[in-house]
Parts: sequence; C-alpha cells; structure tokens
Amino acid sequence: MAVNRMFRTCPTTGLVFHQPAEQLIKANAVAGVVFLLIGGILAIGVVLTRWPAVHLLPADRFYQVLTAHGLDMLIFWVIFFEIAVLYFCSSTLLKARLATPRMAWAAFGLMVLGALMNNYSVTRGDSSVMMTSYAPMGAHWTFYLGLILFAVGALVACFVFFGTLVVAKGERTYIGSVPLVTFGAITAAIIAVFTIASGAIILIPTLLWSVGLISHIDPLMYRTIWWAFGHSSQQINVAAHISVWYAIAAIVFGAKPLSERVSRSAFLLYILFLQLASAHHLLADPGLSSNWKIFNTSYAMYLAVLASMVHGLTVPGAIEVAQREKGYNQGLFEWLRKAPWGNPVFSGMFISLIGFGFLGGISGVMMGTEQLNLITHNTLYVPGHFHATVVIGTTLAFMALTYFLIPVLFRREIMFPAMAKWQPYVFGLGMAGVALFLMAAGTLGVPRRDWDITFAGNTFPYEFPGSAFLMLGLAGISGLIAIVGGAMYLLNTVGSVFLGRKIATPGFRHVRATEGVASAQKPVAQPSTVAAAITGHGGRIGAWGLVAPGTFSLAMVFLVSFVLYYFINWKYLATVWPLR
Amino acid sequence: MSAIEPPVQRLWWKQPLDRAELLWIVIALVWCLILFFMMPYWHLYGKQNLANEAYRESPDEYAKKTEAMVAKYKVREEGGDLKVPVVHPPAGGDAYLIARLWSWYPILELEAGKTYRLHLMSMDYLHGFSLQPENINIEVLPGYDHVITVTPTHPGAYGIVCNEYCGIGHSTMTNKLYVVK
Repeated sequence: MAVNRMFRTCPTTGLVFHQPAEQLIKANAVAGVVFLLIGGILAIGVVLTRWPAVHLLPADRFYQVLTAHGLDMLIFWVIFFEIAVLYFCSSTLLKARLATPRMAWAAFGLMVLGALMNNYSVTRGDSSVMMTSYAPMGAHWTFYLGLILFAVGALVACFVFFGTLVVAKGERTYIGSVPLVTFGAITAAIIAVFTIASGAIILIPTLLWSVGLISHIDPLMYRTIWWAFGHSSQQINVAAHISVWYAIAAIVFGAKPLSERVSRSAFLLYILFLQLASAHHLLADPGLSSNWKIFNTSYAMYLAVLASMVHGLTVPGAIEVAQREKGYNQGLFEWLRKAPWGNPVFSGMFISLIGFGFLGGISGVMMGTEQLNLITHNTLYVPGHFHATVVIGTTLAFMALTYFLIPVLFRREIMFPAMAKWQPYVFGLGMAGVALFLMAAGTLGVPRRDWDITFAGNTFPYEFPGSAFLMLGLAGISGLIAIVGGAMYLLNTVGSVFLGRKIATPGFRHVRATEGVASAQKPVAQPSTVAAAITGHGGRIGAWGLVAPGTFSLAMVFLVSFVLYYFINWKYLATVWPLR
Repeated sequence: MSAIEPPVQRLWWKQPLDRAELLWIVIALVWCLILFFMMPYWHLYGKQNLANEAYRESPDEYAKKTEAMVAKYKVREEGGDLKVPVVHPPAGGDAYLIARLWSWYPILELEAGKTYRLHLMSMDYLHGFSLQPENINIEVLPGYDHVITVTPTHPGAYGIVCNEYCGIGHSTMTNKLYVVK
C-alpha cells in the first residue's frame, strides 16, 4: 500500500501539515470540542443545583448530570484534544508524515465509540456513580466497557505518536534533537501510557465484576489503582498544557527557552515522579502507612512540584526575554504591559499560567500534604482545586491554542474577533471565581458531590454557617460567568470552523515528499546567536544581572503567597482535635 | 531556535543555565524540601496525625461489636420514632461508629479532654466521615476498621456529615456527635 506523502505548507506560519495528520488533528479536536459542549451544558445543571438559592435539579438527576459532567470534561474533552496536540507536536512540528494513519483512524473510532458508550450508560440512570465509580458501588457494564474502549483507542493513538517520532528520525525530517514542545508532548504521551495501563488494570476486573464473573473488588485496591489512572490522567494534562504554553510563547513572541537544559530536565522530572500522585486521594484512608503516604504524595520530595515551579518561571521568562529584545526593556514590567493582551492566543495562555500556578498549584500542594488533607478531604476544596488546574490550566490553554489553529489548520477566519478577544477574560475570571469560592466553601467544611447541604428533612441535620451559603452563591454566579465564557468559545469555534470565511490560499497545493519533506535544512548555528541565547544576551537586556527580572519578581510574589498560605493552613490544622 | 523548532545547539544538555533560572531552582528546591520535611516534622511534634491503625473486619463482626457497646453504654434515645441510641463509652475506651446507607449509628457522646479509640467502618459502599464544624474528614471503607485515637477539645453538639458520594440518599446521611464536660 502506498504511503501518503502529501504535505501542504501553511502560507501564514510556514508550518507543514501532512495530509492525513491534518485530517486527524481536525477530527480529534472537533470531537474534543463536542464533548466540551456536552460537558458545558451539563455544567449548567451542576452550577444551578449546588447554588442553594436555586437548587434546580432533583437528587437523582443531579448525581447523573454530575457524573456525566466529570467524565465528559475530565476524560473525553481533554484527551481528544490532547491526541490532536500529540499529532500536531509530532507530525507537524517535525515536518514528518504521520505513522500508520489507518491505525490512527481506528484509534479515533474506538475513542468515539467508548465515549458514546460511556455516556449512554450514564443516561440509563443506573450508572450515576461519579467519574470515580468507587467499587462496591456498581455501574452498568457499558460504563466500564466504554471507558476501556476509549482508553485502548487513546493508547493506540499514543503509539501512533511514538511511531511518528520514529518515522521522523528515520526519514531525517529534522536535525539534532526534537523541539522542546515535542519533548513536552513525549512526556505527556509516556505518562499517558502509564495512566492507561493503570486504568486497564483496574477497569477490566471491575467490568468482569459488573457482569458477575468476579465476586469481590477490594475497595482500597480499587481506589489505589483507579487513582493511578484518575490522577495521572490529569498529569497528562499538565505536561500537555505546559507544552502548549511553550508553543504559544514561541508562536506569538518567537520566544526561545531560556535554557533548553532546564526546561527539558523539568519535563524529565515529570516522567519520573508525576505518577506517584495516586496517593493524593488516599491520605485519609485506612490501611496505608504514613511512610507510603508521605513518599508518594510528595512525588518523592516534591520533585514534580519543583518541575512545575521551573516551568512557571521559564515560560514567562522566555516571553520576557523575547519582548525585551524587541525593545520593551524599560523597568520591570514593560514587556508584560506591552504584551498583546487583545490576542486571545496570548491572553488565554497567560491567564492559564497564572491561574494554574497561583490557584491550582498552591492549593494542590496544600491539600496533598498528608496531615493538611484532614481538613480538606472530600470537601468542595477538591473541585475548587481541580477547576483551577484542569479548567483554567488545561482547558483555557487549549482554548487559546484553538484560536491559533482555526486560521492555520482549518483555514478559516475567526467569525467573531471581538468576542474572541474577551473570551479568555470572561472564562478565566469566572472560573477563577468558581475555584476560589469552592475552596472557601470547602475550607468551611462543605462536602463535594452533595445534592443538598441544607440537609432539609434529615432527622439529625447539620447547619452550615451562613458564610458557607454565601460562598456557594458566589460560586454559582462565577459558574454562570464561566459558562458564558465557555459558550463564547464554543459559538466562535463551531461558527468559525463550519461557517467562517475561508482564507484564500493562492497557489495552494499538496506537495509530495519522497523522503520526509526534504525541507530539513541543518540550522546554521551562528556563533553570535548561540552565545546570546546562553549568556544572558550579553547584558543588553534585563536588570540586576538577570535577563528576566520581571518574571523573577513575579516568581517571588508567587513564592511568598505559597509560603504564607501553606503555613496558615498548618495553623488551622493545629486548632482541630488532636488525633493519632 | 524557538521552542517549536529543534534546539540550535545539538547538545542541549551542555547549555549553561541562565542566572534567573539557577536562583529560582535553588529557591524552589529549598522550598520543596521544607514542604517535604513538614510532614515527618508534624508526625514528631504535631498533634493531628492519622496513626493508620486499621484492621480487616467483616461487617457482621463490626456490627456485633457496635451493638455490644450500645447495649452496655446506652444513656438515652433520640430522633423520635427512630429511637437512635445515644452511647456514652468510657473515657479511654473504644467507640464504634457504623456508616451505612444512609445513616451513621449510633450517636456517640464523648467527654472533652478525654481520649477515645474511635472506630470507623462502612457496612456497604464508601462513605466519608466529616465532623463539623471541626472539619475533620476521613474516608470510611467497607471491610476496614479504621481506629482513630482522638481527643475532643470543646463541649458541644457536633454534626457528622457524609462527604463521600454514596448514592441517591447521600445528603440524608447526617448525624450528631456530642461532647460533654
């Protein structure tokens, strides 16, 4: 069978798209957005029910909607989009043909089938078991089979990605090492393989249990292995959206990494340590030792946190250096003030970075501390945290990337540019409100996944303080703002992709490449530019002997917030009942 | 040159660090070590730690132990027709709490300043022990008798809320816990 070697070059960006890869990137991205749409509609039900003053849905419908919302957002939307990102980072960035497009389509088919089957099981009404589906609470067998099919599809897609790396290397489509963004994508794919393997190890026996072939699933075993799937799948997101940050910094500013060595080593730390985070969910469980909990919850001494803190500096640092070199070299923050805040590709990415670090990162470390978990476990603090990491961090970064992909990949103009300009702010600020107010309610003890915290009609109700209800109300309002922001994204994306004005491409044609794309020229390492990238640009830019003093100051603000918030919570913990 | 192209210098691991990066890595690493050592430190000097004392237990056996405690130390009943026993176990002794769909059983009455071995176990699904407004939250599993050695500090009527989703009646799973002088 002949290998399709047809490529086109994007006239705007010079990016090279392999024909089948382009179709696959589009298909996966569109499927992701469809699940974002479904999850977004379900979010309305979640928000309006947990807002006590509205309390929209009855209990059974609420738990059903919440289950589907979690699965469609946390699993299907992000992973579909991530597969698109993986194909983009391998085929497009390496200018290589995608390995085995047919397998990639089979993977896509499996993923669509699995996602639909899983959604079907939840609509049945007998599978409202939440995303976590903790045994011995059982769901219909299609619930597990759907997830397994989806996971197998995603695994095949990961191997298409790895295969493409091999093709690129073999056909010499690039010289030297892969780009940093591809390196980050490799990190995400390696974590994905581990994640999916964990999912298979626990979901296959659970499927057999659901049809009666296995009599007992140990609940602690289930939780331990399930979270190696559930939490690690969020670590795929971290590696993927940080790669997207680097990509956007490069696309919008032409930014180069401060130091390839530092950024790549940080990704390596992710590969080595991020998977230990299953323990984050087991800190208040019986049957596990404190040694096990401390080692795992801290990613072996917080080495993955170190990596995130490094990326948090190097991404804006690279932008700062690029801006200063363009002449925005005044004071500490001219580079940031003069950044293109009206460009949603940049603003989305930057809000994602700040929200992920300040809201998601700090709260994650706090509640991932063995003892501090006692005052947050299973409260609304947890959804507060992951709406900052997965929604502001991952989803907003992917949204920002979409604004770049619509003209480049789909060759359409953005339909409503003014709406696109405001969308990251509406969505980002709404979601920041959701995260903050849910965390506040959680700090006051309000449980997560609870239909009615007024406990009306209970024999022994507990009355939460008025401040908790205030926080839930504010979270409700913020949630509506975020939903408006999400709708703005969906309207603009769907509208642009299907109805947007086509961008004319004079002389468009697919070019056949016999070996690779024959465009790989050895980059001529000019001594002067190499030296500049390394030595801090000869002292021409920056201050205090630093090339990125503004970013460094922001990092110090982050550190001070982190330290204060962390110790405030120890102080809070010290006031609760002594236990051992 | 940029992050979406191969690095100019092939041997990227030989690229020197920028000063801002080096400073930040050192600061961040020190902070990460502090984060790490706070946990063992609190085990040595802090008062709020889970001892991780747990036993595999069958629901029947656990229910038997609970009923024995209720029979011996019941002081009154509450909850109208439900007649939920209020149990005052001896200070220093074992206090059993059953979590099940969708109630906690029985109501415990503890003395402030006294230490108890509080047992938590579920009879069916997973549940979450959330003591309010103290805000102590512990996972409750079926088959695992989790023993927490706890010292209530202030007298009062506390609420126990289930905070692990356990099905349609999840919100109805609340109870009281009394601390007396």
